[in-house]
Amino acid sequence: MMIAANIISLTVLFAVPLLLVALGGMFSEHSGVINIALEGMMIIGALFACFTLQAFDKSGFGPAHPQLAMLAAILVAGLTGMIFSFFLGFAAINLKADQTIGGTALNQFAPAFAVVMTWAIQGQGLTTIAIPSWVRITRDTFGLAPVDGPSFWNNLIFKYFYLTTPVAVVLFIAAYIVMYKTRFGLRLRACGEHPQAADSVGINVYKMRYAGVLISGFLGGIGGLAYTVAAGSGFNSDVGGYGFLALAVMIFGNWKPFPILASSVFFALFKVIAAYSSSLPFLPKFEGVKEISNFYQMLPYIVTMIVLIFTSKNSQAPKAEGIPYDKGSR
Amino acid sequence: MSKKSKQPLLQNPGVVGVLASLLSIVIGLVLGFILLVILNPGASLDGMKAMMTTGFASMDKFGKVLYQAAPLMMCGLSVGFAFKTGLFNIGAPGQYTMGAFFALLCGIQFQMPWFVCLLASAIGGAIWGIFPGLFKAYFNVNEVITSIMFNWIGMYLVNLILANSPHMLASGWGASNSDRTAALSAANPGAILPKGPFAGLFGNSSWINIGIILSIIFALIVWVVLQKTTFGYELKACGLSRDAAQYAGINAKRNIVLSMVIAGALSGIGGGIYYLAGTGQYVIEKSILGMGFNGIPVALLASSNPVGTIFSALFISYIQVGGAAMQPAYSSETIDIVIAVIIYLAAFALLMRGVIAKAVSGRKEKGGAAK
Repeated sequence: MMIAANIISLTVLFAVPLLLVALGGMFSEHSGVINIALEGMMIIGALFACFTLQAFDKSGFGPAHPQLAMLAAILVAGLTGMIFSFFLGFAAINLKADQTIGGTALNQFAPAFAVVMTWAIQGQGLTTIAIPSWVRITRDTFGLAPVDGPSFWNNLIFKYFYLTTPVAVVLFIAAYIVMYKTRFGLRLRACGEHPQAADSVGINVYKMRYAGVLISGFLGGIGGLAYTVAAGSGFNSDVGGYGFLALAVMIFGNWKPFPILASSVFFALFKVIAAYSSSLPFLPKFEGVKEISNFYQMLPYIVTMIVLIFTSKNSQAPKAEGIPYDKGSR
Repeated sequence: MSKKSKQPLLQNPGVVGVLASLLSIVIGLVLGFILLVILNPGASLDGMKAMMTTGFASMDKFGKVLYQAAPLMMCGLSVGFAFKTGLFNIGAPGQYTMGAFFALLCGIQFQMPWFVCLLASAIGGAIWGIFPGLFKAYFNVNEVITSIMFNWIGMYLVNLILANSPHMLASGWGASNSDRTAALSAANPGAILPKGPFAGLFGNSSWINIGIILSIIFALIVWVVLQKTTFGYELKACGLSRDAAQYAGINAKRNIVLSMVIAGALSGIGGGIYYLAGTGQYVIEKSILGMGFNGIPVALLASSNPVGTIFSALFISYIQVGGAAMQPAYSSETIDIVIAVIIYLAAFALLMRGVIAKAVSGRKEKGGAAK
């Protein structure tokens, strides 16, 4: 039972960054901009958030008010991700550049920038920014007494509990409401489906697309921090390909919030199973095969490809994504 | 008379493309220098000098520039070739990994000579290129998504196979580490690319081999195929407008698949050339190899022109060697920032072309009015 508690809580932990980043991708693509730079936005958000956490740790504010400091770091992650996403918006919207190329440039920039900044601030060769241990939410946070020994519920809830999880729940609900229950969401989606039609009824397509890209940067940045606390070994200027994985989650989730939630849990579960594959009794063992975790790592990608074969015919992908909007064209 | 021949030259799209790329490079380097000044003002001049001159500083360093340029060129050709057919081959890293794996499999496991290994690397890359092509042509799945998925599938697959092939690993050949493939010098010296005409020129430099010559030959072949053959014309027609090409009787689906297969083979050869040099061992990694990704800036900088790719690969390799020499005052990743800025600028090269063309035509109009 204990391992079940661990697997469930780890799955939630790793589903959070995928969910946030995939939702970010959803906003950008519904506005008509392909955001391949999610990985870069995650890295930038995580970089500045980790610096913030470290500063709080040094000043003593962090240990005194851990969750307040974490909330500030989450905001920093979101805002820096947003600022970084502006560059994608500028290239893709104002300059009508190829969106995938602009995104590739940002993806190349972000990890290099993170390494250079980490060196500049921490000193030569120190490439890891440590995450302070007070960041995790414990029983103490709620004033609960510690439990003796292992307990199912304690492991389930408190073993891997960070503020990013409740924040992700709030952001998920907000994303759903904004996308489907507000005028803004309707207009945003119109710009991704048929920008000319949207323009003809007085919607400013450029503004809407900027909004989509900036929201994706905000969510991507927070997702970067969520990944870093989940990975647990500090920030090493990368986010383990989760930005690209989130792209797959978004497509697997057919550009809709609830399916995205389901597919991020699905992907996270496979990631966790891969990590635990040697100690899970119910998995096939493949006697004599070494490093079988690689096989489980591959599975979500293979399943995505198979699903795409069957679903691409009635894909819900925004029709105008990837096409720069030019007022003059018809 | 001389004026007349000059003005059409500046309006020639090829020339304007080269100018736009050079402008991107200059702006990228200037920003890079500013970055160096901000990071460490005292070392900035030396750092810039290291970045700009190390590649030519010694025959050994120049050999390293050529050694790194060869796989970069192949990946750049791969990305550029796919671009010409309207496809974005972000799967070059996966194809490169597969090519490297096939080459090493033939070299170490089956003890084949180098040219067989190189052929195998092309086959490995082509196999990995066919998937995005098939998915795009028959299921209408965006090739960017398929490529990204297959990059990861390829990496994990190669890791899985290598971990279970004791004969492939360094530990199977007398070395102690089991996290990487065997050194070719120990396992099969016959699989190492020969030094060819460079043997005397570069002395004992371990970097140099015929890889760079092969890459340049491939670049010229790709140029001929794209510019001088019906097949190349059909590929480009599909890239410009798939529907129009189909209407004109071109089998667009077949061309998309073929284009990705050829692009995959080119990346695969890149992987083969890099690991058959004998200086590097394939390390079982948890993250995707960067070389394939670096093919993207190489292709962009060359506007996907195969001949231009020769020069852009040499340039990127040159400043990478320079960037490594900037350590320890700066981390070598500083160069990646410069390259990223250059690609970002190249992303709106079209706009810059517009600016250059405008400037030229503006001058022309003024000149005409003065007369």
